[in-house]
Amino acid sequence: MSPLALLRRHWVWLAILFVMLAMPFAFYDWSRGRHSGFALTLMSEMALMAVFALSYNMLMGQAGLLSFGHAILFGIGAYFTAHTLNWIKASDILWIPTELIPLAGGVGGVVCGIIAGYVATQQRATAFAMITLGLGELMTAAALMFITFFGGEGGITTDRVIGSSIFGVAYTSAWQVYCLLVVWSLIAAILMHLQTQTPLGRIANATRDNYERTQFVGYDPRVVRYWQFILSGFFAGIAGGLYTLVYEIVTFDTLAAVKSANGLLAAYIGGAGGFFGPVLGAVVVVGLQSGISLYTSAWLLYLGILFIVMVLYAPGGLIGVIGQHAPIARMGRMRELLMPYARALPPAVITTAGFVTLIELATHRTIGAAQGKKLALLGIPMDSADMMPWVVAVGLAVAGTLWLRVEARRFRLRWNALIEDAKALGIVS
Amino acid sequence: MEVFVVSLLNGLVYGMLLFMLASGLTLILSMMGVLNFAHASAYMLGAYFAYTVSLYVGFWPALIIAPLLCGLIGAGLEMYGLRQVHRHGHIPELLFTFGVALIIEKVVQMTWGLIPVPYRIPSGLDFPLFTIYGTQFPAYRAFMLLISALMFVAIWLGLTRTRIGLIIQAALTHPDMVGALGHNVPRVFTMVFAAGTALAGLAGVIGGNYRVTEPGMAFSMGPIVFVVVVFGGLGSLTGCFIASIMMGLIQTFAVVLDYSFADLLEVFGVIVTKATPGAEFLLVSLPRIGALLPFILLVLILVLRPRGLMGTRDT
Repeated sequence: MSPLALLRRHWVWLAILFVMLAMPFAFYDWSRGRHSGFALTLMSEMALMAVFALSYNMLMGQAGLLSFGHAILFGIGAYFTAHTLNWIKASDILWIPTELIPLAGGVGGVVCGIIAGYVATQQRATAFAMITLGLGELMTAAALMFITFFGGEGGITTDRVIGSSIFGVAYTSAWQVYCLLVVWSLIAAILMHLQTQTPLGRIANATRDNYERTQFVGYDPRVVRYWQFILSGFFAGIAGGLYTLVYEIVTFDTLAAVKSANGLLAAYIGGAGGFFGPVLGAVVVVGLQSGISLYTSAWLLYLGILFIVMVLYAPGGLIGVIGQHAPIARMGRMRELLMPYARALPPAVITTAGFVTLIELATHRTIGAAQGKKLALLGIPMDSADMMPWVVAVGLAVAGTLWLRVEARRFRLRWNALIEDAKALGIVS
Repeated sequence: MEVFVVSLLNGLVYGMLLFMLASGLTLILSMMGVLNFAHASAYMLGAYFAYTVSLYVGFWPALIIAPLLCGLIGAGLEMYGLRQVHRHGHIPELLFTFGVALIIEKVVQMTWGLIPVPYRIPSGLDFPLFTIYGTQFPAYRAFMLLISALMFVAIWLGLTRTRIGLIIQAALTHPDMVGALGHNVPRVFTMVFAAGTALAGLAGVIGGNYRVTEPGMAFSMGPIVFVVVVFGGLGSLTGCFIASIMMGLIQTFAVVLDYSFADLLEVFGVIVTKATPGAEFLLVSLPRIGALLPFILLVLILVLRPRGLMGTRDT
């Protein structure tokens, strides 16, 4: 294959690599000549969350297995990595290059996947979801009970500077760790992408779509689930290992239900249907968590609402929404959607502003005011004890919603007409 | 003996509370196939509504109003949420309830604050009913037992002696057939969902002041209720009842029996010290494992007998 054809096929990976390496420089502090710590931590969190969400999608998207305890694989990987780092530090004989340390997490994930997966993959669908829920709760409780391995509430602290780098990098600065993270998360993502094209990955799709027929063909869906679970554990474990390298402390939070829920949210919001959906979802979820939580304590509510809206109106996730535009783009008529989109924008903004103001007023009234915080939205100071802001917020929300409904109807008409044309041209069936 | 009788009573109270929550969930799960994550949220809402209502009109009206409000919310969720998602399949339905649970928890935090609210036992019931082996048994616990027993009888009569109950029973096992016979199955779904959430709300009203009314109560109660439902088996209220009482007793007794594997080994003459291999596992005492037991049972039953104790079909 010619280099140009290769580039055309794999441009997404190159684009991701470029964005990952270039983004930190957008926040670079040129006057002091150093990286922004916050931006680097945020990007690292996004990268490892993306690996975690992708590994989650190996179960949800590929095999149709909904897990509520995926974080145990991540957490065990993180603990394995922390212990490995501590062993290397303490022993004179043991030598593993720092660059290969995340593999320890992968091993941890595989071990956990072999044990937990053996139990969980006996069943499918709802029963599988319940078993993983139970395993997750068990593991979290066990983490607080057994101090030697899990370190109790304080967790296990470690030091990533073990001086065994092959490239002679010390890994003292956040930038060095970030570079390692970029390489590892890309390797993990590419491997997971390749896995979707292996016979196992294909059969996993088959068991998801029609497990009875898969049995007829001669495959054992249980074995397929088990292998898929173990492999997913490997990548979740690698994400855990990267977590340990970034934060140098592992607590029971890494395997608790909230972490599992985050993986699920990221994979679903991004879209379980396309391979890159979870990556997109991880960026959105972490962005909401870290970015918006700087401004408001109600970020979880926003995340929940976003999630519900996605479930109700866009079950294919963000990647699904983007994908739906593909036939129109192929007709070269995206321009005709510009106007309907532009018309829907103002009411959408007004509705969002109304609801955000309402939520912020409510949060301030019950929690913020008690902490003595002042409320200001877009620089406009507000007092949640007054009537006026509430009236304005409700007015904006109601008026915006009504207007949005009108515009949405118009948009749908235009959209349906375009899709009809696409059908006539044979672009969509 | 003293410990035994008192724990037995407390276990019964807790078990009946669990049953009020689980009975609604088991009906919803068996009929609609929806694992309702927001069910425990209805329990929490019931407690908070009862607290607010009882501030204005007292506990007794709250006992009626709060469950009704919960039932209304449940009906709304089913009609405008679940029914929309239904065509996308079971997993989006489950995820929808999961998202609703997230939102309710946050809304509760925003409305009533992060710390527990002072939702107290009504003064009319705040006296010891009788004394047993020197331990007082509060009248409120007897009241809880009474309410939940009444509820059990009402559900049982409603399901076996009324026309709508028979349709529900039929829809539990053969939803498609019931629809084919001309019954409005979606409406039955909405009713069951509303009734289930109202029951969970009622459990919140009487459980909220017995335990603590705080934003984390749904999150701590939810998994246990799932365990009960799965353990009892789909489509079986009797199984659900047995499982609820069992979980109530197991959890209560685990707290009072302060033994560990090491104690068991001591009977056979093996003394476990800190230096024994695996001492960390052997020395863990039963009260500390207590919270884990339901989940161990959940995993075991799902692997060994996925239809649960008395279920009619696999989970």
